Amino acid sequence: MKVVLPTPLAEYTAHRREVEAEGATLAELLADLDRRYPGIRFRVIDEQDAIRPHIKIFVNRAQADGIARPLAPSDEVLVVAALSGG
Amino acid sequence: MAQLLVLVGTRKGLFILGSDGTRRSWSIDGPHFLGQVVNHAVLDPRDQRTLLAAVRAGHLGPTVYRSEDAGKSWAEAKAPPAFRKAAEGERGETVSHVFWLTPGHTSQPSRWYACTSPPGLFVSDDAGRTWSGVAGFNENPERIKWCGGLQDAPPDGATLHSLHVDPFDAKHLYIGISVGGVFESRDAGASWAPLNAGVAADFLPDPDAPYGQDPHCLRVHPAVRDVVYHQNHCGIYRLDRGANRWQRIGANMPKDIGDIGFPLALHPRDPKTLWVFPMDGGTVWPRMPIGGRPAVYGSRDAGASWKRLDGGLPADQAWFTVKRQAMTHDALDPLGLYFGTTCGEIWASFDEGAHWQCLRAHLPHVYSVEVASVA
Repeated sequence: MKVVLPTPLAEYTAHRREVEAEGATLAELLADLDRRYPGIRFRVIDEQDAIRPHIKIFVNRAQADGIARPLAPSDEVLVVAALSGG
Repeated sequence: MAQLLVLVGTRKGLFILGSDGTRRSWSIDGPHFLGQVVNHAVLDPRDQRTLLAAVRAGHLGPTVYRSEDAGKSWAEAKAPPAFRKAAEGERGETVSHVFWLTPGHTSQPSRWYACTSPPGLFVSDDAGRTWSGVAGFNENPERIKWCGGLQDAPPDGATLHSLHVDPFDAKHLYIGISVGGVFESRDAGASWAPLNAGVAADFLPDPDAPYGQDPHCLRVHPAVRDVVYHQNHCGIYRLDRGANRWQRIGANMPKDIGDIGFPLALHPRDPKTLWVFPMDGGTVWPRMPIGGRPAVYGSRDAGASWKRLDGGLPADQAWFTVKRQAMTHDALDPLGLYFGTTCGEIWASFDEGAHWQCLRAHLPHVYSVEVASVA
């Protein structure tokens, strides 16, 4: 499925903003992303499997509150580096 | 001739100043990791090649990068420092930022240590590629108590900010924790004991509390066994082991200057020579040079007497802070001293503090300064 990534993660994907990854849940999708782009998961998900404070993940424009969120093959996942500070 | 590098970690990236052994002219390389906080960058003196940087972007989690070519290329650690995943129903912790990196003992050439906020201790035995928690500290049932409960975080978070390996004993480690105190382990981190006797803590009800003091910068002498100094929230201290009680050598500072500050640097060849950068610790703790007149103070007699060393520094109206990791030295003779400011300046003295010159201005807020020599 399509995954749209924010610019702070660009160096992991050779500056591609849209990438493909698979998974039946956000957790599986993030694991697949990490296989394809090593290191990317830990920058957005902490060691307790929580989404980091300044990251938000949307599935079809609805915000996910955790990585257990189920996914369908047709879903679109958007990872956002939330605006914070200045 | 060996090349001298000054590694400048800032709020917005890493900068590397370079010179030859004459120290007459300086190049600048960077920024590396533009826009990201670099709390610390250290080049391994054992191989003069492996460079590690503690990096955290505003939005992203903390990590460690490695370079084996003095920063020309970088690779991220495969497993950065991270606390253990908590069991169901248990409160888990997350690393906010990696604050301190230090190479291990010379007998353990691939070992590094990383210290974090919240206070956590991590070790790598593959030169920084993968990290794991030091269970003797991170899982220690006393740890949260030692660290003041973690809710009393200073501005950048409660921090395990210093680790030093005894150069004469690889298993003997010293650590400094903000609002926690100094602790030591004699079994490579398996167990820890507080080491704070004699250290003031005017913010605690118990003047003789075993822990809870607030070391700002801890230094262990690299060449003379069992000589330890630290700059504390409440004074400057020296400890000659054998003894377990710190002596407040800052009591010998001029009374109108006091002995509050953040960094402290030791002369690597003379255990009686050290330098500090006093700051205003009055009222609301401005953390600025006293009266806006910055000065390094040096002692040649283990803190029995101090000399003001401000030649070349701004005479007045200079309002910056020198952070705890932002003052250091090289290994040349005469010794070079370096400090970085929150205003983005790098100052250096090549005559052991008598005269200072500004090597570079207009950098971001400086968090750390380390010097390295590369072949």
